[in-house]
Amino acid sequence: MIAVIRRRARRWALNGAAAITLGYILTPLVFVTWLAFFRQEIPSFPPEGYSMRWFAAILDQPKFVEGFRMSFQVGVLATFFGLSLGVPAALAVVRHRFAFRVPLSQLLLMPLIVPGVVLGTAMYVFQVEAEKGLDVDVLGTFYALVAGHTVIIIPWVVRLVTASLVGVDRSIEEAAQNLGANAFVTFWRITLPAIRPGIVAGALFGFVTSFGNLEMSLFLVGPGRTTLPIVVLQYLEWKIDPTIAAVSVVQILLIGIAMLITDRYVKLARVV
Amino acid sequence: MAQLDIIGLAKRYGDFHAVRDVSLSIKDGEFLVLLGPSGCGKTTTLRMVAGFIEPTAGHVTIGGTDVTVLPPWKRNAGMVFQNYALFPHLTVNENVAFGLQMRKLPKADIAKRVEETLALVRLSGYGGRLPRQLSGGQQQRVALARALAIHPDVLLLDEPLSNLDAKLRQEVRVEIRELQRKMGLTTVMVTHDQEEALTMADRLVVMSEGLVRQVGSQRDLYERPADRFVAGFVGRSTFLEGTLEAPGRFRTDGGLAVACAGDGAGRAVLSVRPERVAVGPSSVGGPNTGLDNSLPGTVEFVSYLGALIDIHVRLSPSDRMVAQIANRDGAFVPEVGQPIHVGWPASASQVFKE
Repeated sequence: MIAVIRRRARRWALNGAAAITLGYILTPLVFVTWLAFFRQEIPSFPPEGYSMRWFAAILDQPKFVEGFRMSFQVGVLATFFGLSLGVPAALAVVRHRFAFRVPLSQLLLMPLIVPGVVLGTAMYVFQVEAEKGLDVDVLGTFYALVAGHTVIIIPWVVRLVTASLVGVDRSIEEAAQNLGANAFVTFWRITLPAIRPGIVAGALFGFVTSFGNLEMSLFLVGPGRTTLPIVVLQYLEWKIDPTIAAVSVVQILLIGIAMLITDRYVKLARVV
Repeated sequence: MAQLDIIGLAKRYGDFHAVRDVSLSIKDGEFLVLLGPSGCGKTTTLRMVAGFIEPTAGHVTIGGTDVTVLPPWKRNAGMVFQNYALFPHLTVNENVAFGLQMRKLPKADIAKRVEETLALVRLSGYGGRLPRQLSGGQQQRVALARALAIHPDVLLLDEPLSNLDAKLRQEVRVEIRELQRKMGLTTVMVTHDQEEALTMADRLVVMSEGLVRQVGSQRDLYERPADRFVAGFVGRSTFLEGTLEAPGRFRTDGGLAVACAGDGAGRAVLSVRPERVAVGPSSVGGPNTGLDNSLPGTVEFVSYLGALIDIHVRLSPSDRMVAQIANRDGAFVPEVGQPIHVGWPASASQVFKE
């Protein structure tokens, strides 16, 4: 009897802790979403009524549309470069034994740990020096921004691809070679499909990180070239109205949809 | 199909000699089994033949062509892996077709060959499934089909049956053997399971510590083991430590005089197969007065195995021996503590010098 009560109490405690955590994570999202539908201009409780006008207001402001396009372009390109560098890096770290392998693999994850402002400052200084040394425009260019974002995408790709690679049975690669596939064909036809979940998940999380990045972008954007988070910040500096909430809702929805679509092809819960 | 020659093959990892100077010649269509405990170098040898490990010394030739320096994909050797190593994202058909696609066969020929090979391993109709939708036995057959489809010069089997349950293992053994014979495949199989080795092989190679201990037929290994290791590894043996005093006369460290088959003199170990030892009650003077050896002892332990019964007998404070008797009607089965006599012919006690 006591054992049953104890077991029940344990289960309640566990469920309770999970509920509190979930609530803690969801509360801001719920409030932002709620706010986006308020009718009044000054966010205050209780709402005076509901409307969709703030979503329409987004489209009236070309800055938001521009920022969204910029963030999207940077994210896609940086994800592409992040994959091109991160996948081979993960392969090297997992599959080969070489000097400084462990420090290198930790270095590849560093951008996740270093504060964004620090990373931004470092990148800024580096690009200034590069511009001086190379005598070409670097700072403030579109590609310099993409390069910066590539750096913060790489750790996601490396981490998730490494996780998938570790689970790949080496003998299937040997089997492919035994059947006549050379090293390249083996990678393309056997290894790559096996680590596809890691690649897709790495790309998705990398893209989301890039899309939402503010601190680093602040240092790297050029005149007239702003990403969505910067537009949001600038807007907030002189005005607080539910437009920002509406923008956030759109952003949350897009990322949510991207995750749902990805999850249909690759079970994210398995790799992350 | 082709003859496979392994000439002076060796593999060293730093100071560790995984394989030392192994030379074997496998005739066209022969089924050779490499048998040995784990770490004996048998798998390393097989992997050197497949091309996954670069030998430190020696050569491998297939059909007279030296393939030692060729990468795995340029050797026409079909391999079945211990864990099958099926491509998880490809269907059964695609798995079997893979090697044929690499050989750039026309699509129609590939489809035909895949179908034929799957029929051969009795998996027709399973072509559209993914490996994870198959049972262990079926996966094993897909792995075999995949290796056979490329019409390999040699077939390499790396413990192919170790992941199957006991009953299935016996069936698959016979199946593989029949296929191999029908297709005349030159085959090398690696196993640590001696029953598997004995039932499947044309010829066996016993390895330990990177060395070939003995090459021969089942009967050679069992009845004429080359050394103590083989005598202990293939079948069971009781070993008695002692000295060969004169040809045919052995004295154990416990002081027992044993008639044996063996020349020379010096420190040696005497080995006797348990089933060659007869037992009888001491009251009637042992099992059979006609045996060369008849020694008194005390039963220490009796283990009932069903068809057979193991009797552990203490002959002297330092000598103990196992007799295995058939569980027949009227068989004499002693009890623990009972004084008995054990007997065996001189020809059944082999001596290995140390």
